[in-house]
Amino acid sequence: MNVELKHQAIAGTTESSDIQIMIEPNTNEGIEIQLDSSVQFQFGKQIKLVIMDTLEKLDITQAYVKATDQGALDCTVKARTLTAAFRAADIDQDYDWQVID
Amino acid sequence: MVKNAINREIPDNYAAQYGAFEGAWAKQPTYKTTSRQVHAIHPGDSKLVASIHEAIEKVGLKDGMTISFHHHFREGDYIMNMVLAEISKMGFKNLSIAPSSIANVHEPLIDYIKDGMITNITSSGLRDKLGAAISDGIMENPVVIRSHGGRARAIASGDIHIDVAFLGAPSCDEYGNINGSHGKAVCGSLGYAQIDAKYADKVVAITDNLVPYPNTPISIPQTDVDYVLQVDKIGDPDGIASGATRFTKNPKELIIAEYAAKVIEASNYFKQGFSFQTGSGGASLAVTRFLKKAMIDQDIKASLAIGGITQPMVDLLEAGLVDKLLDVQDFDKASAQSLRDNENHYEMDAEMYASPFSKGAVINKLDVAILSALEVDTDFNVNVMTGSDGVIRGASGGHCDTAASCKMTMIVAPLIRGRIPTIVDQVNTVITPGESVDVVVTEYGVAINPARQDLMAMFKALDVPQFTIDELRQKAYAIVGTPDPIVYTDRVVALIEYRDGTLIDVVRKPGQQND
Repeated sequence: MNVELKHQAIAGTTESSDIQIMIEPNTNEGIEIQLDSSVQFQFGKQIKLVIMDTLEKLDITQAYVKATDQGALDCTVKARTLTAAFRAADIDQDYDWQVID
Repeated sequence: MVKNAINREIPDNYAAQYGAFEGAWAKQPTYKTTSRQVHAIHPGDSKLVASIHEAIEKVGLKDGMTISFHHHFREGDYIMNMVLAEISKMGFKNLSIAPSSIANVHEPLIDYIKDGMITNITSSGLRDKLGAAISDGIMENPVVIRSHGGRARAIASGDIHIDVAFLGAPSCDEYGNINGSHGKAVCGSLGYAQIDAKYADKVVAITDNLVPYPNTPISIPQTDVDYVLQVDKIGDPDGIASGATRFTKNPKELIIAEYAAKVIEASNYFKQGFSFQTGSGGASLAVTRFLKKAMIDQDIKASLAIGGITQPMVDLLEAGLVDKLLDVQDFDKASAQSLRDNENHYEMDAEMYASPFSKGAVINKLDVAILSALEVDTDFNVNVMTGSDGVIRGASGGHCDTAASCKMTMIVAPLIRGRIPTIVDQVNTVITPGESVDVVVTEYGVAINPARQDLMAMFKALDVPQFTIDELRQKAYAIVGTPDPIVYTDRVVALIEYRDGTLIDVVRKPGQQND
C-alpha cells in the first residue's frame, strides 16, 4: 500500500489509556518519534517500536511523529498511528486494515 | 552490600546501623522503654502561651532537635506548616522532623530541606511533590520510612527521641486535656498523637477550640502537656475527613470485592465472633458491603473491627453486626461522629494498635485483613511506597504490621492499572514481605501463597478462579507487555524500616532510563 503523507494529521485523545498521534511529513530522512508517555520508563521503547513498525507496514519511511501517551495498550497505539497516517495521506476509503496483523 | 532475608540489597553502613531484615518474627526483645523529661507544674502556673513564637522559646527549641506532629488532619492540616514557618523565621537549623505521616499539603517542607532547616525526616509516607523531590535526592540523609506500628515501637524504645511535639488539638482546655471529637476541626481518634504526647520531652497543644476546664472526654491528658496555644484555625474540616462515603461503581473494584468476600466466607475464619480490618480504598470498602450481606444471610456477627475506621464499618456496628470498633484514626465524618457517640466505638493509640514490641498489639487478635497494593511480586512481596516509575509517592501505614499479625492477609488490587501491571516479577520497593501475604485477589481471580497449604485445602471448592501468582503475572504481562525495569543509581534516598526496626529495603534515586 502506498501511503504518502501530504500534511499534518492527528488521531487519538489525551484521555487515560489512549495515545494521541500527530504525524506530518518529515523534512529530514527517516522516521522521527518524539514520545511523551506516562509510562515512558517502563514502556517507552515498546511504544516507539510499535509506532515504527506500524508506519513501516504502510511503507512510510519518512515522517515526524509527536506522540502523547497516557498508558495506551499496543492495540491502541497501532490503531491511532494508522488512523493518523491515513488522515495525513488523505485516504478516506479502501483502508488496508491488514497491516494491523 | 548485605542481602537481607528477602534478597534485597542493603548498603553495609545502613545494615550495620539498623540491622538487615531477618524475618517477620525474628525479634522478641525484653527491654526498658525510654523515659521523658518532665518539668513540674505548680498550682497557679499557666500553660497558656500567646503565640507559636512564645511556645518555641518556652520549650527551648535548639538546632539539631527532633520535633513531631500527628497526621490526623490529613490533607486539612494547618499545624505543621504553621509551626515550621515560625521556626524558619527564627532561623533554626539542622532539625529532625518525625511526623506520623506527611500529606500533599506539606509541600513547603521542600524549601525547609533546601535551606538546611530540616536535615532528617522519618515518616510513614511522602506524597506527590515532596516524594518526588526526596526521590530526586534533595536530602543528604535518607528519609527513614516507618510503619505506624514501627513508629510507635521506635518512639517507645527511644530510637526516635522527640524533643518537642506540636499537637493539633480539636478540643482542648487551658491545662491541656485534649480530644479530637469536638470543635471546628474534628478528626475523631487521636491514636497516633497519643504516643507523641506520652514520650516527648515537651508537648505543645495547639487548638482553635479552647473550652472550660476540665475538657472531656480525655484522649491526651493534662499530665502529658506542657503548653497550650490558641490560634484561629488548626485545620480545614473538609480536608480532615471526607464526607459521606460513596460506594464504588467501578466494575473492576466490585468484582474484586465480591471475590474477596467469597474468600472470607469460604475460610474457617468466617465464624461467630470473627475479627477483621479493611483498608480505605474503593475495593476494600466494597468488601465490607459484600461481607455485610454474607453476615446477615448466615447470621454471623463479628466481635471486632479495627483500623483506620470508615463509614461502612460504622454501619456494621450500628446494624449490630460488629460488637466493637477499636479506632486509631478516622477517615470520614461518620466515623469521627461514631467515636464520639457510640460507647462500643473505642479510641486506641498506635502502640496498642500495632507496635511489634508492645505487651501485645490489637492486630495480634485479628483473623482477616483486607489490604491494598501498588505492586505485588511473584514472591508475594508488596509495595505501597514507590510508583511503577520508582519514585516515592505512597505510605507504609499499618500495612506490614497488620499483614504480619493477622491470621489471613488478603491483598485486593486490580491486575493492571492502565498500562501498569500490579502483579510483577519484582516490586520496586518492599514494604510487606511475602511471608505475611496469604491471598492476592484480582478481578481475574485469586492466588494463594503456596506457603499456606492449609488455605489451599480450605479453598479447594471456592467459587472463584484460582491461579498461581506467576500465572496472574503472566496474564498481566500478556495484556500490557513486559515492562522495562526501572534503572536506579546507587544513591539511597530512603530507608525502609520493617516494623521491628531492621531494614527490609532501601529506595534509590532513579537514574537515566533507557528509552
